[in-house]
Amino acid sequence: MTFIPLFFAIPLAAAFIIPILGKIAKSLIWIFVTLVSFSLFVLALYGTAVTQQYPMIVYEMGNWPPPLGIVMAFDSLSAFMVLVISVVVFAGSIFSLRYMSHYTGQWKFYTLYMLITAGMMGVSITGDLFNMFVFLEIAAISSYALVAFGVDAEELEASFKYMVMGEVGGLTFLLSIALLYAKTSTLNLADMANTLQMVGHTPFFWLVVGMLLFAFSIKAAFVPFHSWLPDAHPAAPAPISSLLSGIFIKVLGIYTTARLVFNVFGLSRANDPVFFNVLIGLGVLSIVFAGVTALSQRDYKRLLGYSSVSQVGYIMLGFGIGNYYGVAGAIFYILAHALGKGLLFLTSGSVVNATGTRDLTKLAGLGEKMSTTAWSFRFGGMSLIGLPPLVGFFAKYLIVLGALKSGFWWLAILAIALSVLTLAYLLKIENNVFMKKGRAQASKAPFTMRIAMVFLVVLIILFGIGFQQVIDFLVGPAANALLRGIEYANLVFGSAGTNF
Amino acid sequence: MIIFLSCIILFLIGLYAIVTKRNLIKIVIGFALIEYAVNLLFALVGFRFGMLAPIITRVDAPHRFVDPIPQALVLTAIVIALGTTALMLTVALRIYDRYKTFDIGEIRKLKG
Amino acid sequence: MKGMSLIVRSITTVIIGFIFIYGIYIILHGHLTPGGGFAGGVIVAGALILRILAFGSEPADEKKSENRASMFESIGALLFIGIAVAGLVFAGTFFLNFVPKGTPLNLLSAGIIPYCNIAIGIKVGAGLFSIFLSLAAIKYVIKD
Repeated sequence: MTFIPLFFAIPLAAAFIIPILGKIAKSLIWIFVTLVSFSLFVLALYGTAVTQQYPMIVYEMGNWPPPLGIVMAFDSLSAFMVLVISVVVFAGSIFSLRYMSHYTGQWKFYTLYMLITAGMMGVSITGDLFNMFVFLEIAAISSYALVAFGVDAEELEASFKYMVMGEVGGLTFLLSIALLYAKTSTLNLADMANTLQMVGHTPFFWLVVGMLLFAFSIKAAFVPFHSWLPDAHPAAPAPISSLLSGIFIKVLGIYTTARLVFNVFGLSRANDPVFFNVLIGLGVLSIVFAGVTALSQRDYKRLLGYSSVSQVGYIMLGFGIGNYYGVAGAIFYILAHALGKGLLFLTSGSVVNATGTRDLTKLAGLGEKMSTTAWSFRFGGMSLIGLPPLVGFFAKYLIVLGALKSGFWWLAILAIALSVLTLAYLLKIENNVFMKKGRAQASKAPFTMRIAMVFLVVLIILFGIGFQQVIDFLVGPAANALLRGIEYANLVFGSAGTNF
Repeated sequence: MIIFLSCIILFLIGLYAIVTKRNLIKIVIGFALIEYAVNLLFALVGFRFGMLAPIITRVDAPHRFVDPIPQALVLTAIVIALGTTALMLTVALRIYDRYKTFDIGEIRKLKG
Repeated sequence: MKGMSLIVRSITTVIIGFIFIYGIYIILHGHLTPGGGFAGGVIVAGALILRILAFGSEPADEKKSENRASMFESIGALLFIGIAVAGLVFAGTFFLNFVPKGTPLNLLSAGIIPYCNIAIGIKVGAGLFSIFLSLAAIKYVIKD
């Protein structure tokens, strides 16, 4: 399947064409970026269709077979992640046209936007540990620069804070790669899974697992490693906030954790209950702590930032439950939260663009003036809270179902009860910004912004109504790819050498 | 074993600098220390006593080389570290421009 | 940026060309001896930085060379991706070493690796130089 390297080659090439294009014709940049992200979306749809037929596609870079060379291992989970990334990237690129129009140096923004896309795509499809680190750092470095893009005092401060935390995580990841290489003499994920199986669960093994969990917890912003997120995500321009909260933390933090824990280390709920309880603990702590903190926020985007920390906890809860329904629910939640939180951050961008402030106490009466934004916010919010028939409901339902099947009835009650927390902090925005009567000097959101928001609303409704198809074709195969455990290794070596 | 442990100690010294130092530039230096520690560990992981540097000088000569992969990885990691360090210094200088100080105690516009 | 003393400037005039050529040598021999695109690019960037440090420059000139450097950086990156995609187009696999390998230990050997080194050399040389220039540019912002 020759299309697999295109997932990161296209945005990477686009990133470096943009500076040259910017010298020739500035107005073409946005059209170019939108076309590129749309082509990625089409490519991701095609990839998803192909994985229905082939559970694992191994692409050998430069025809070097797996343990020697770098391979791209494209399975159902990768296809799912790539699809979600391309949706959020596409919506963000449409939104950027008017939102970024008053910034200087737009080509730098779009270059970084394409680099961050390339990095996330690469992390999702690679089958090599060090390659994963390189793509992760490409995405991370671009995100540090994008958070500081406005070069105001707060943005620089947020960016530095984010950089310090993120790099501690990244370098811990690098250190654990060094330790893993010392033990296994391989970097290929499949080969490493086989070798680690022979090493067994020694204290050294658990040390490395702990270090990796620490590194990815910083990247995914679990409480108590979350302190950078509520600063960094609001500081970025709105399309970037949407990208960072919607999908970035999930690719860099959660996808990597899930892939390594299930497919490489071969841990499972049945054999390693303590580890999975730690995951549940991280999840519950994030949901409760960040949810309560979000209630007291007065800044539109900062509240959404805390909400992201809280919602990411649900995903970890699903993985911690560890049976089919829990894992499928967690994966479904990645989709639901990417669409929902991506949409909410886009509405915040629309509000900031119209009024110039994010302070909830100063905003009022936008519900009538900006009806598309208001209704987008309501749909996104209802999906996050978990009202049927929107996509968020089915995701949460699967997690609750998983908890009940494993006998964690108290987790099921907690997950449902804590939705009230989500409802409470989202109502705070709804009341202050959209419902409260007041004189607002705001005009309707520009056409392209509305298109981007409506696109996500339509997807939220569509994926909610067609949840059975989503589970059958996207989420179910992805969950099975994870629960396959170290069978992953056999599948990679079995599919190698074909290159189609 | 001791050389591996010394790398970890260097890593921890860097972490100590990042956590406790209040000057932005000193924090960046802490990162440099961590990067050296990890790169040194990589190079040591691939090292074998009595073996040659992995450079082919004659095609037919028998080769007994140290593991070349960690060296390639170190090179990549150095490039990434270069990027982050440059970005960090740029942001630190910009922060100095806005706040007129490098002290993180006084750089607190964000809270909550 | 202000220039340096006469001694520095005279010595720089003599050695800067040698530094530049040494950088290019390291790039071109990357597949035979230690070094390669990154190391050689750093040396080339060092020569460019030395010129600015020794002779000084005007902010306007720096802005112009920064633009040119970022242009070269993009070209270098595009060349590298182009080589990778050429493998896909001409031989069917991304990053395939599709150029004839030649005899080992000759300058023209190892397939695409020398070309990759050249692309990386351009990218790194221009990239480091523009990092230097943007760090230098902050100084003007702070002084104002």
